[in-house]
Amino acid sequence: MKGKRHLYWRRTRRLTFVLLLLWFCVTFGTTWFARDINQIVIFGFPLGFYMAAQGGLVLFLVIIWWYNRQMKKIDIEFGLEDE
Amino acid sequence: MLRSLTRLQRYYLYYTGGFLAFIGALAVLEQHGMPPRWIGYAFLMFTIAMYALIGIISRTSDVSEYYVAGRRVPAFFNGMATGADWMSAASFIGMAGTLYLSGFQGLAYVIGWTGGFVLVALLLAPYLRRCEQYTIPDFLGARYGGNSIRLVAVGAAILASFVYVVAQIYGVGVITSRFVSLQFEIGVFVGLAGILVCSFLGGMRAVTWTQVAQYLILIVAYITPVAILSYNVTGNPIPQLVYGEVLQKVTHLENRLFDSPAEIEVRQLFHERADVYAQKIMQLPQSLNNEREQLSTQINQLKASDAQMRDIVALERQRRELPHDPEQAKVRWEAAMFSAVERSRKPIHHAEAFPGDTEAEQNILRINFLALIFCLTVGTAALPHVLVRYYTTPTVHEARESVFWSLLFILLLYITAPAYAVFAKHEVLSHLAEIPIAKLPGWVTAWAKVGLVSIEDINLDGVLQLAELSLNPDVIVLATPEIAGMPYVISGLVAAGGLAAALSTADGLLLTITSALSHDVYYRIIRPDASTQFRLVISKSMLLVVAVLAATVAAEKPGTILSMVAWAFSIAGSAFFPALVLGIFWERATRKGALAGMVVGVSLSLYYILRVEFDSIPWLGISGFGMEPWFHVQPTAAGLFGVVAGFATIIVVSLMTQPEPGAEDFLTKIRLSNGKDA
Repeated sequence: MKGKRHLYWRRTRRLTFVLLLLWFCVTFGTTWFARDINQIVIFGFPLGFYMAAQGGLVLFLVIIWWYNRQMKKIDIEFGLEDE
Repeated sequence: MLRSLTRLQRYYLYYTGGFLAFIGALAVLEQHGMPPRWIGYAFLMFTIAMYALIGIISRTSDVSEYYVAGRRVPAFFNGMATGADWMSAASFIGMAGTLYLSGFQGLAYVIGWTGGFVLVALLLAPYLRRCEQYTIPDFLGARYGGNSIRLVAVGAAILASFVYVVAQIYGVGVITSRFVSLQFEIGVFVGLAGILVCSFLGGMRAVTWTQVAQYLILIVAYITPVAILSYNVTGNPIPQLVYGEVLQKVTHLENRLFDSPAEIEVRQLFHERADVYAQKIMQLPQSLNNEREQLSTQINQLKASDAQMRDIVALERQRRELPHDPEQAKVRWEAAMFSAVERSRKPIHHAEAFPGDTEAEQNILRINFLALIFCLTVGTAALPHVLVRYYTTPTVHEARESVFWSLLFILLLYITAPAYAVFAKHEVLSHLAEIPIAKLPGWVTAWAKVGLVSIEDINLDGVLQLAELSLNPDVIVLATPEIAGMPYVISGLVAAGGLAAALSTADGLLLTITSALSHDVYYRIIRPDASTQFRLVISKSMLLVVAVLAATVAAEKPGTILSMVAWAFSIAGSAFFPALVLGIFWERATRKGALAGMVVGVSLSLYYILRVEFDSIPWLGISGFGMEPWFHVQPTAAGLFGVVAGFATIIVVSLMTQPEPGAEDFLTKIRLSNGKDA
């Protein structure tokens, strides 16, 4: 019983940590180098500007979507889904 | 197809259709000569009547309904309500203007205010929902135990929320006075009525369903004008897709205009003016006397030489309007000097990241940009009025889903704001710069009358140079309908949208303050045996008191309070974020640790803000305590230090104190779905 519960929490924590790392790279990584990547043009935008104005935002949405999807899977696997 | 929708979805579909039909009807009436002022009234009446109707239908006397809408709000609608709850008057009206003025640097707000929802999704929302409490102080009380932490949390929640709610009501006053020409103070109390009709009778339940209605209005109002403008400029009505191309045009225009001889000359003239003021300020009070004497001599000379009476009167007025004493002269001249310095600076390129002449300057901007993003994300993930929304979903899974919907609905606005700024800049650079002042488009003169646009032909060439134009940030969203040549009904729509944004946020904030006072302080601490009926009576009377208090403060037009809104993120972030996150993810976090962390975090943020922002606080008798910022970080990003200090304090103090005995049971409950045994 206790082991299963531990495993559930470990899986949740690992997923959270990985996605948080990704979030950190998008939020602070691309912005730190915004000046340099601005040389690249994407859809008519300088890349640094594009990431802060649109690209990053869409990635945030994808991160949350992926988290929900994976958590739902984990919940079902451990029989914890909401009725 | 309608059959496949739920009852709620159908209701809101009809509602949206009704609203669009209402706009259409007004557009037709305008064609037939309905005066603009009436259109403004129609929007004001119609929207507030709708909110009141929803408020009355959702009235309730059940505690769970009143505080958390009975935990029956589906994820999709909770997402919409969170969107409206989150997007304030500042997001709706101010953000595009900030982006216009600061270009890339302003994107810190866009990325910070959306990135925060990732933290909400991953670290907070599911756990808050599982804990089944009513407020954020409740959660901390349940995790750490004891009343002291509850009281500190209540204090921080009120500190962060009250200035925020004042700013919303102030925003309502501004919008109503501008579009419906009500007197500002009356506008404030109209706003108060608009807030009370939904929150008073139905609490969270009514606020939720009103916020959904308000979201629909605000998003239609935000996107319509810029979509039409985009269609006019590029032939594509989806501004988000095509403004990259417009941004390139803007960059070309900037390259051509910024270094034209006339621009350089104008900037030089403003520079000289700033120097003159600086000198005059240094030579006070002598300079003021000199000026007065000079004018007197001139007047006397004119009088002796039988000049035109008109010229003499003009000079005499000038003399009358001189500052009365050196104190006043200093304040006025400093303001004039700063405005001249501002205009003498070389403008920034819109797309350039961290514009600075040297590597060091660029790095200061870069550090501030990242620090501000950090503060805004953490603050977003810690504002109690947003977090409490995730208590209202039926299940944990829906709480997670609803963060996704929240971010999606918020994104729609935040992805549009930079487009607004770029289109406005394109308009200014291509249709205002180098144009004879007498031939400027109508919207410039119209907004100049209200004082939101100002033009000064300093080099007297009769042509507008960029440095001669200054725009108030609010004007970007407000004037876009006119820039695109749209009928007044669209301006009325924008006003209704701004009103919806301000009212929905004010509703959420007010409810947070009220429940902190009535639920956490009164019920949990003072009288735990109070009957449910009496608890609701207390809640409703608190709501009334706080709302009237906030409206009274807003009616005073307090300038400082508006700038304090930016601090709310630092305060909320450093108070709640470390204590919540460590409380969920770290078993060892103890009550003493959390308490110390919250107090240290908030105190450090406040200390930093006060010392960097002010040099003296007259009413406390403190003076000369201003300090240089640490690592050049602006006070709006004070939370950077507060949050880090908060985390560090909780960890250190927790390790020094005994583990909480109740922590394990609590964590087992919130880490597993449904609290079922696995």
